[in-house]
Amino acid sequence: MFSIEVLGLLLSATIQAGTPILLATLGEIITEKGGILNLGVEGMMAMGAFMAFLGTYLTHNPWAGFVLGGMGACFLAFLHGVVCLIFRGNQVVSGLAITVLGLGLANFLGTPYVGIKTVGFDKLDLPLLKDIPFLGEVFFKQDVLVYFSLLLAPVLYLLFEKTRFGLRLKAVGENPYAARARGIKVFFYQWVALLSGAFLVGVAGSYLSLAYTHVWTNGLTAGRGWIAVALVIFAFWRPFRAIWGAYLFGGVMALQLRIQALGSNISSSLLLMLPYLLTIGVLLLACFKKKGLDAPAHLGLNIEPKD
Amino acid sequence: MPKLRIVKREKDLSAGMQLLGIFLACLLAVGLSMFLLWGQGKSPGKGLLVFLEGGFGSSFALEDMLIKAIPLYFCSLGVALAFKLKVWNIGAEGQYVWGAIGATLVALSGISENSWVLITLMILAAGGLGGLYALLPAYFKVRYKANEIIITLMLNYVAIYFLEYLVYGPLKDPLSFGFPMSPLFPEQALLGAIPGTRVSLALILAVIIGIVFYVFLNFTRLGFELKVCGESPRTALYSRISPARLVLLSMFLSGFLAGLAGFVEVSNVNRLQTSIVVGYGYTAIIIAWLAELSPWQIGLFSLLLAGFRVGVENLQLEMQVPAAFSLVIQGLLLIAVLIFSFFKTYKLKFKE
Repeated sequence: MFSIEVLGLLLSATIQAGTPILLATLGEIITEKGGILNLGVEGMMAMGAFMAFLGTYLTHNPWAGFVLGGMGACFLAFLHGVVCLIFRGNQVVSGLAITVLGLGLANFLGTPYVGIKTVGFDKLDLPLLKDIPFLGEVFFKQDVLVYFSLLLAPVLYLLFEKTRFGLRLKAVGENPYAARARGIKVFFYQWVALLSGAFLVGVAGSYLSLAYTHVWTNGLTAGRGWIAVALVIFAFWRPFRAIWGAYLFGGVMALQLRIQALGSNISSSLLLMLPYLLTIGVLLLACFKKKGLDAPAHLGLNIEPKD
Repeated sequence: MPKLRIVKREKDLSAGMQLLGIFLACLLAVGLSMFLLWGQGKSPGKGLLVFLEGGFGSSFALEDMLIKAIPLYFCSLGVALAFKLKVWNIGAEGQYVWGAIGATLVALSGISENSWVLITLMILAAGGLGGLYALLPAYFKVRYKANEIIITLMLNYVAIYFLEYLVYGPLKDPLSFGFPMSPLFPEQALLGAIPGTRVSLALILAVIIGIVFYVFLNFTRLGFELKVCGESPRTALYSRISPARLVLLSMFLSGFLAGLAGFVEVSNVNRLQTSIVVGYGYTAIIIAWLAELSPWQIGLFSLLLAGFRVGVENLQLEMQVPAAFSLVIQGLLLIAVLIFSFFKTYKLKFKE
């Protein structure tokens, strides 16, 4: 059952299943660094998946879908921003509203297209690297979004740790009043964090419809957005840890498909529970280890107006 | 040029104005959603008519509304109770599923021939399982500070897959021609309808529970401590019960109520099947947010949102609008209400 080829296939499938979760986790990390809690990831991802499908279906160009998918999620995040940043609504409830709205819109707008196929991101073998035995098979015969997501983690790390923008963004998330007193335009940073994070969540959705399936069906996200929200905590808001977290989930999802394909006696309903149970598990693990000390101090709280 | 400025109100908006605001929010949400129909080449005007007529326009519609409002009401009471302690119970959906499972197990066990005994046991099993399922995230929250939003949400998926497992496996009716559903309940396990209507007798249970809920919160010491603890955790330090225990208790009760909703649903459908999972637990969050903690307001908003659901069902039937349309309306409604609640505590003023 487990030859080296099967292992290679399994790891390759792990990366494919983990990539949308990774992209969404990285997106939510950016948003939360700015002190904004956006629980709408699940809805934004669904919206991104549909808009990406639609854009690609209409133009036959997956990059148009990529952009449109990101924008679809940005639109929902914009609503979240209006509610929370301008009208100081409760961030938890607003996020839930965005989830409900996004799932509803993607399903409502997408229903006429169910079952329609489209072009998408095909595998892009990297020259030379693809010839490395085993590793080439696993890592370097993937689609372009996989490479994009893997590059993004170090880029975000550098952004948060080494650039003025990143340091200021973190200052806003930690203590917006102090940041404001130092002359940082708090609202500007928060909007940038909210929208750019949402764009990535939308790209995560694009991955589902354009690389993972190449066909539109309702309910593509299946809780992946919520898993991403949990992974942000598991990753302690650090981009590199997000990679391991996301691939852990990718692994469980790939393994579960593999077991089903082998026709085991275990009920598929019970197997499908695994990612959700694992989410609870990793969340508790994070709590044992650090008790949330790395969360931006002002996460999810609204900023009182100047008088 | 005059500039807009945000100023805090001296006192909150009056109750009448708040209701008006919610009414406007409903109007906005429904209006915007109907506008979306236009994008799919359907007439928004006709859509609105079909929606209102289907949801509120006939005695048949009103009966349907009541039938759906009862489980919504129980879920919402539960969610509201947890909200009061600033605990985000997003898991009413899963607790509802466990309630349905618990009621089913008792109904099919043949434990008693007496209808009163059987139904009482079903209620206890449904509430008990729902309560225990809510206790789990509550325990993780007070013991490990684990985020209850994510855990209750994940537990929803787990519960729904477990229900699926049961009706495809151990609880499957051998006579169902392969359909995933449990056997029909014995007659003694059915609540039955109010004579002359299709509305379940659970309506009476809803009224009783509503009164108990009100009395508990307003006239018992425990209920009072629960309310105070939510409003100011520092005062709660002086209460007899530790805040952690209050959280556990309120989550158990919250899950118990959602479990009751599961009982109401299966005793109405007569069997366990996956189609009972329709998102009541998520709609309950909206209702709880709108109504805060007053049982009669929760009842009112349960009726309203149940009417929305029935209206969308009519749209589905008459104009082939997908069922997800009700999610669009609910999402927009919640966003509109959130924006409106800004004006409850703040107002805009022009600055010279």
